[in-house]
Amino acid sequence: MSSEGRERFRQGFSAGIAYAVAALLLAISFGVLAQPLMGNVAPIVMSAVVFAGAAQFAATAVLAAGGGAAAAIAAGVLLNLRYVPMGIALAPSLTGGRWRRAAIGQALIDFSWAAASVGGGRFDPAFMVGATAPSYPLWVGGTAIGVFAGDLIGDPGALGLDAIFPAFFLCLLVEGELRPGLPALVAGLGSLIALCLIPFTPAGVPVIAASAAALLGARR
Amino acid sequence: MSEVWITIVVLALVSAVIRASGPVLLGGREMPGAARGVIALVAPALLAALVVVETLAAPEGGAFELDARIAGVGAAAAMLALRRSALPAVAAAAIVTAALRAIS
Repeated sequence: MSSEGRERFRQGFSAGIAYAVAALLLAISFGVLAQPLMGNVAPIVMSAVVFAGAAQFAATAVLAAGGGAAAAIAAGVLLNLRYVPMGIALAPSLTGGRWRRAAIGQALIDFSWAAASVGGGRFDPAFMVGATAPSYPLWVGGTAIGVFAGDLIGDPGALGLDAIFPAFFLCLLVEGELRPGLPALVAGLGSLIALCLIPFTPAGVPVIAASAAALLGARR
Repeated sequence: MSEVWITIVVLALVSAVIRASGPVLLGGREMPGAARGVIALVAPALLAALVVVETLAAPEGGAFELDARIAGVGAAAAMLALRRSALPAVAAAAIVTAALRAIS
């Protein structure tokens, strides 16, 4: 990595710390929830190799309800499919061979991807990897804390943890993306698509479908 | 292999392929103009949808779940409207949500 790249990685790392603390708390609650079903090792391995909060909670909930592996995998995949449009948007900003690009893609998480957007459809990959870097160890470590130390934080809902994540996304939207004109129109259309689909579709579908709002940009 | 381990291994592999798909298939080259216009708008579309879903939807999907999160995210929106930066806005969301749940 060039020295300029290292600097942007460092800036991303700083930007990602607050989000990583929220991820730590969520990971603790995941460890607490998953331990009775999966034992001590599997939840930590799951956090290390899947590294996707919503998908892990969804798959675990299906398993806990006796839904079986196929249904659990389907639920998790549906929630992670939003990384397809995110990866497509990221792709033109990437350089290097396909293995290097595939590796950078593994750093895709909602927060880092949005924080690395520099406008006009361009992304800063070094910033994105840096912003994900603090979340990974805290996500895996938080899961271990939840598994072994149990209910240190109590009910995450009582802490308002479930309001923190949409608040982060709202900040990224308002501060980074909500320019007047077409971007604001597309944000409105995207939220409307999601709103209409929430009661009728499985978790994950409303967000993926909302990406269709970006097709308004093809008219330019 | 148990259901749990099958789920973990398959979900990990599929997630890795999903995350790599765009970067591997489309990476490192410029897109035509129309595609660039679409790509520039993926972030506002997805972020707006994430805000709506994570504020209003039941975690298991298929239903609304209207609770104290709405007031919390509303508090964050008010902070942003008052030109406060992101961290105070996020903190306000957590505090308002937690306080409403504590008194209800």
